[in-house]
Amino acid sequence: MPDLLLELFSEEIPARMQKQAAEDLRKLVTSALVDAGLTYEGAQAFATPRRLTLHIIGLPAAQPDRREERKGPRVGAPDAAVQGFLKSAGLASLDQAQKVSDGKKGEIYVALIEHKGRATAELIADLLPPIFRAFPWPKSMRWGAGSVRPDTLRWVRPLRSILCTFGGPVETPEIVPFALDGIASGDVTYGHRFMAPGALHVRRFEDYVAALQKAKVVLDADRRKQIILADARSLALAQGLALVEDEGLLEEVAGLVEWPVVLMGSFEPEFLEIPPEVIRATIRTNQKCFVLRDADGALANRFVLVSNLLASDGGAAIAAGNARVVRARLSDARHFWATDLGPLPGYPADKPLDQRLAKLKALGIVFHEKLGTQAERIDRIAALARALAPPVGCVPDLAERAARLAKADLVTEMVGEFPELQGLMGRYYAAAQGEDINVAQAIEEHYKPQGPADRVPTSPESIAVALADKLDTLSGFWAIEEKPTGSKDPYALRRAALGVIRIVLENELRLALVEIFQAALSSLISVTSLSRADGAYFVLTISSKVDKLETITQRGAFSVSNISAQEADHESRAGRKIAFDLLAFFADRLKVYLRDKGARHDLIDAVFALSGQDDLLMIVRRVEALGAFLDTEDGKNLLAGYRRAANILKAEEKKGESFAGAYDPALLREAEETALTAALEVAARDAATEVAQENFGAAMRALSTLRAPVDAFFTAVTVNADDSALRVNRLRLLAALRDAVHTVADFSKIGG
Amino acid sequence: MQAYADPTRSFQALILTLQNFWAAQGCVVLQPYDMEVGAGTFHPATTLRSLGPRPWKAAYVQPSRRPKDGRYGENPNRLQHYYQFQVILKPSPDNLQELYLASLRAIGVDMALHDVRFVEDDWESPTLGAWGLGWECWCDGMEVSQFTYFQQVAGFECSPVSGELTYGLERLAMYVQGVDSIYDINYNGVDVSYGDVFKQAEQEYSRFNFEHANTEVLFRHFKDAEAECRALLEKGEGERHQMALPAYDQCIKASHAFNLLDARGVISVTERQSYILRVRDLAKACGAAWLKTAGGGA
Repeated sequence: MPDLLLELFSEEIPARMQKQAAEDLRKLVTSALVDAGLTYEGAQAFATPRRLTLHIIGLPAAQPDRREERKGPRVGAPDAAVQGFLKSAGLASLDQAQKVSDGKKGEIYVALIEHKGRATAELIADLLPPIFRAFPWPKSMRWGAGSVRPDTLRWVRPLRSILCTFGGPVETPEIVPFALDGIASGDVTYGHRFMAPGALHVRRFEDYVAALQKAKVVLDADRRKQIILADARSLALAQGLALVEDEGLLEEVAGLVEWPVVLMGSFEPEFLEIPPEVIRATIRTNQKCFVLRDADGALANRFVLVSNLLASDGGAAIAAGNARVVRARLSDARHFWATDLGPLPGYPADKPLDQRLAKLKALGIVFHEKLGTQAERIDRIAALARALAPPVGCVPDLAERAARLAKADLVTEMVGEFPELQGLMGRYYAAAQGEDINVAQAIEEHYKPQGPADRVPTSPESIAVALADKLDTLSGFWAIEEKPTGSKDPYALRRAALGVIRIVLENELRLALVEIFQAALSSLISVTSLSRADGAYFVLTISSKVDKLETITQRGAFSVSNISAQEADHESRAGRKIAFDLLAFFADRLKVYLRDKGARHDLIDAVFALSGQDDLLMIVRRVEALGAFLDTEDGKNLLAGYRRAANILKAEEKKGESFAGAYDPALLREAEETALTAALEVAARDAATEVAQENFGAAMRALSTLRAPVDAFFTAVTVNADDSALRVNRLRLLAALRDAVHTVADFSKIGG
Repeated sequence: MQAYADPTRSFQALILTLQNFWAAQGCVVLQPYDMEVGAGTFHPATTLRSLGPRPWKAAYVQPSRRPKDGRYGENPNRLQHYYQFQVILKPSPDNLQELYLASLRAIGVDMALHDVRFVEDDWESPTLGAWGLGWECWCDGMEVSQFTYFQQVAGFECSPVSGELTYGLERLAMYVQGVDSIYDINYNGVDVSYGDVFKQAEQEYSRFNFEHANTEVLFRHFKDAEAECRALLEKGEGERHQMALPAYDQCIKASHAFNLLDARGVISVTERQSYILRVRDLAKACGAAWLKTAGGGA
């Protein structure tokens, strides 16, 4: 079976786009072939900085032939119809058509048309150019004299040549002839830009790979990665050092070279006084080099670079040149470090980081046009962190201090240069000016967790600030109606909510979310841009809840004095609505989180169906207890008994009756009824007591004592008795059973 | 080769060699534009000539001022005034990468010894309303040039596309001369260093840029230049525009006043964006005017 070899040779393709482009090429070409009725055995795509290559094996030489039966007019139809049929079917006369019986119509003419399958090569020549013209590059461009034409080819960088052959394995593959904006396909490719720039003529994949290898091009990116990693490790080892591995960087540098040559450079040990993360960021981001550690795990004054050349001096000049640039970069970093630790001219004397905070405020940087400035946001986060201190278990002053300083590093020179060091630099600068170690740590950790794999902060100050930061963000965007929709989540609110969920659960925190949301929302009142016209003006409840909330915020971070009772009532309802809407969002995120952990979503629904659930930890505990309970025989039987009761009730309630009232002990006739009421009273009381003490397993065990009496009741007692008083009484008994079960979870939501 | 004529031994020979190289490619070798600009791209020979259908090839040195990059002469790698060597080829020739590499060979970069790489860098000038795709050109890890295929300038699609090369002359000189500080670059191949010529200027202009430039005057200059630009655009309006070039000069002036104000730290983050947009509006209007001149192909 013949193979297809395709190479698109261009000027340097950005490293970050190569992998996806190779994948897109494979998908687009193979699916176009399949659409044309061509199956294949396998397809592999490759990318280097200068080429995308596709190899498809086991294609048929031609499309399968196809037979078509085309129905024509009935025999004896008017001449016009017959002529039309002959023309459309490509027949010379009716002699070439068959007469076939067609039921009611009688006999009709049928033409048998043979469609010869097209040669695969010819088909490929037709289907490739449109794929290239619509290729999904993240960014594409025009170039050269041809760029004046509106239909000019767009490519990631100028496309220079195309190799396309089809055939084999016995005969020599043929060039698949087509042209794209004046570039004719052929059997030519080129070697390494400097080491073997000449043209190579190849038609088979094996020859192609071998010719490239000889011309100093390693086609396979994974192979280039392996070479880089192995050589970097052994270079490090030879110096008694260890490579600090970095998958993202490895991927990138493998996309910057066709022939990786790993070298080592060094810098003056004096630079090691700069924090290691800064050195790494400098060397990684600017120079795309790897850093190394010594036997003690400390950063070494050496680095590993990946060049694209087997230099005539063994790489000495290249290593020296790179070292010179690294040195210049580290000088800059040291300059930033020293500047940031020093006083800020033009600002009142204060500790360095406090001066940066003053600068951040003075700059008036806007956080979001409807949510005010960064400075206003810092005030809100500080108040909220303080409010969260008691439930989280940290010193309120420390939480507030950390929150105030948390964003100050955004205006330091270092974070301006390396945004990815935000938080971390704040920690260094805070420690340098003698802040409490927990404050410094909280500054770094308040951005965490950044994603599902990121670490969750565990120290109480870090937790308070991390929660305050995220909850302010969530409440703010909820208040201005900027919620995530579908795939759009520009402010990463889902990530923020997941962060809150993980912080709460992994630290086993007890938080009443609705109250905290309302405290967060209350701080937003000071933001003047939030006006009633936005339909999102609200204030914390003024009425009965005030006392409770003031204890939450410790010092009443909100002012209530100048708002009339009526206004306040209106606004409190708006605030509550937002808070509960946000809680529903958390419920959704929690479901996703628990489902990923393997929890049954029906159990989650069963717990969420209970009213007043805003304590994430308790919700999860309930779900866990419920899951364990339903795995037991008692649990399964109780669920069956519950269902029977609930179904009967549902059927009767549909008729418009309610059975909410208490049952009448005087109307209990059967022994099984009496036994059930006795068991129910005990079980309901015990279950309620255990739920109140948050012993959900015990609550369910209490309910499990109902299993035998329920079963006995249904065996012996007819619920829908002829005597209507008895019937109502028995239905009330079942309603009481249902209510008792609902103290732990809404069993009606449980499936299976 | 005499040191004064050797691009690896004198700064001026580096410039001369590049000029000769690009002259041989048919470029018009221009002199620097006589105004303060932040980059060689601002020269009308690039900004305006890259608009419209007419072919154009030019090369020139452009002194570039970036007030914020001043370091009082103390940083060996940063200057507030430096030189760019600019090449603009319209339309971009198919062998532009090869030409660029040949120019590096001409100034003494041995490709068997040094690792030259094209690393993705999408270029954008918010003040010029311009963007293009291309690379930073690395030599042993040092960015020595920008290589850009202009896609849009002054808000107009480039048709045809120009290829732009910008050489960082001081960096290249440091590289080929093998020195670690800008100030140690040999200027004339004999006894004058880059520091001898420019160190005092760096110190004095850093003081001016960061401490003493009169911001009131600068704000006024910005406003005046903006108003004059608009006025000239209006007065030159006709079937063919009569004053696109003088109007564009005023746009350059406004841009430089903004850069100085920015260095003085008197423009807040939110205002910054609006100043950039004001300059861009001028650049766009000037581009539109240029397209209505003979040079713009009208």
